[in-house]
Amino acid sequence: MRVIDVRGLRKEFTVRVRKTMLRREKRVVAAVDGVDLRVERGELLGYLGPNGAGKSTTLKMLTGVLHPTAGHVSVCGFTPVPQRIKLARRIGVVFGQRSQLWWDLPLRDSFDLLKAIYRVPGEQHAAQLKRCRDLLDLDSFMDTPVRQLSLGQRMRGELTASLLHSPEILFLDEPTIGLDVVSKQAVRGFLAELGARGDTTIVLTTHDLADIERLCSRIVVIDHGKVVHDGSIQDLHLRYGSRRRVIADFDVAFTYPVDLPGVVLESSTGTRLVFAVDEVGPLAAVLAANGSLRDLSIAEPEIEDVISRLYQTPAGQVG
Amino acid sequence: MGETLRIYLQLIGAQGRAQASYRVSFWLDLAGNAIVVGADLLTVLVIYTQVPKLGGFGVAQTLVFFGLALAAFSLADLFVGNIERMKTYVRMGTLDGVLVRPLGVLPQLLAMDVGFRRLGRVAYALVIFAVSLSYADIPWTPSRVVLAVVAPLSGAVFFCAYFVATATVAFWWVESGELANALTYGGRDFTSYPITVYSGWFRKLFAFGLGFGFVAYYPGLALLGIPDPLGFPSWLGWGSVLVALIAVMVAATIWRTGVRHYRSTGS
Ligand SMILES: Nc1ncnc2c1ncn2[C@@H]1O[C@H](COP(=O)(O)OP(=O)(O)OP(=O)(O)O)[C@@H](O)[C@H]1O
Ligand SMILES: [Mg+2]
Repeated sequence: MRVIDVRGLRKEFTVRVRKTMLRREKRVVAAVDGVDLRVERGELLGYLGPNGAGKSTTLKMLTGVLHPTAGHVSVCGFTPVPQRIKLARRIGVVFGQRSQLWWDLPLRDSFDLLKAIYRVPGEQHAAQLKRCRDLLDLDSFMDTPVRQLSLGQRMRGELTASLLHSPEILFLDEPTIGLDVVSKQAVRGFLAELGARGDTTIVLTTHDLADIERLCSRIVVIDHGKVVHDGSIQDLHLRYGSRRRVIADFDVAFTYPVDLPGVVLESSTGTRLVFAVDEVGPLAAVLAANGSLRDLSIAEPEIEDVISRLYQTPAGQVG
Repeated sequence: MGETLRIYLQLIGAQGRAQASYRVSFWLDLAGNAIVVGADLLTVLVIYTQVPKLGGFGVAQTLVFFGLALAAFSLADLFVGNIERMKTYVRMGTLDGVLVRPLGVLPQLLAMDVGFRRLGRVAYALVIFAVSLSYADIPWTPSRVVLAVVAPLSGAVFFCAYFVATATVAFWWVESGELANALTYGGRDFTSYPITVYSGWFRKLFAFGLGFGFVAYYPGLALLGIPDPLGFPSWLGWGSVLVALIAVMVAATIWRTGVRHYRSTGS
């Protein structure tokens, strides 16, 4: 079932640019410029792009916060802005940069208020809360006022808050921003578990590519408001010809030429050779046949490399 | 409907609990409000030590206008006063969070910061209004009794609408705070005195164009049983209800347009 259907989505902002001391000029910038996006139920979608690409703006239009300048948007079968309230019951939203909890009250109170706001039946609320408490270790700070929570604790609270009404789609705008390694892993593990159950669709933006590698089967990359990639991480590697590396260390300098199809010698420092390969097997066999091979390691292609190459490609031009 | 009301009451209750953690500031505000209200009242009394009449009215009568305006203003301030923080809500992105919840935007914002701190001012205002009525020699009739209750309420509704309308400017213009403030307090000060002290286009604009004449002046005249020096009929006192309703409709339209033009922030 298709839960998000977006065609030709566009958002323009009018900004005033100061020209001289007194004169200001109006300029229209397209933050989102013709985005098409279709998401099926249960997908875990990573929405990537450099700073200012239009990720948050897109999410705001999908959640009913902003009115699109043009284009068609349907989320859970609703048109977000006019049907904002109906839509709100079916989605959960976490803005990593700002809190949606009650700042001066204990975390527990926020959950109670949300129960009322979303009219969640008692048992469902209890069950959902129990699950989040277990998975996210909330128990030690349920009674702490939100303003006294650490960023990591607060983010776990935000996640719980967004899920109490069992939304069909969860939108997360940079949920791991500013978190330490342990908290990031807690958040990722939780989302992975949620995604694996298959009934919640997750759309997530992030600048931490480890989130993407860990969680997302599909990534959509936008730049200057336009979609520049839509597919799996493997597709991206394929498209940019990024290949795995084989790093071989020898006891004595290895000087024999290696001539195999799909193998390129990238660097050689006497006893250490680095190859880029399509397939590891044949090369490994050749190298191992040389008696002085000490160590052999394989490095997966770096997603950072691919993404940064993608960001540097002028928008609209396919790599 | 009842369910929705219960949700808002719960939200307001939560706000009360949150503010209870700042108890000292509650008492400070109470004392501060007393000083501010006292100073305003004193201003009126000092003026009357210099002049016997102001715009054709004696001190007891002017105090009815003053009390009525203050009651209307502080009641409105209690319920929607925090809307003046609209620009902060826009800038901080609070509004984004409000928009993704299944409740109306305006009631949520209002419930987020009900001014329990401003309760003191309401109490002072009601006392001043009641005392002014008892000093003013009012020829009481049943309809005047009703008007004495209806007038502060419709004035409050009028100010609520006015606050919301001026605060809405923040949707387009994030740095609009000072303008909204000037309009809000300007409007209150205008209504505190009989409109006969103003003149020309200024009076026409504020009293009739923007409707401030119907907050305190005309209902006040009807209560006092005094004919309008400007020559308008006395039933205009009841016009405050109609003017309040019109103000609500205008404010609602401005508000809806504002929400539609909301552009959030870039981060
Ligand atoms: N309210 C606004 N008013 C004016 N311009 C805006 C507004 N919101 C966003 N923009 C502009 O639109 C563009 C896209 O912004 P957006 O916040 O969607 O980027 P993003 O992809 O989320 O970036 P980041 O990774 O930095 O969060 C930027 O150029 C930004 O300056
Ligand atoms: Mg963003």
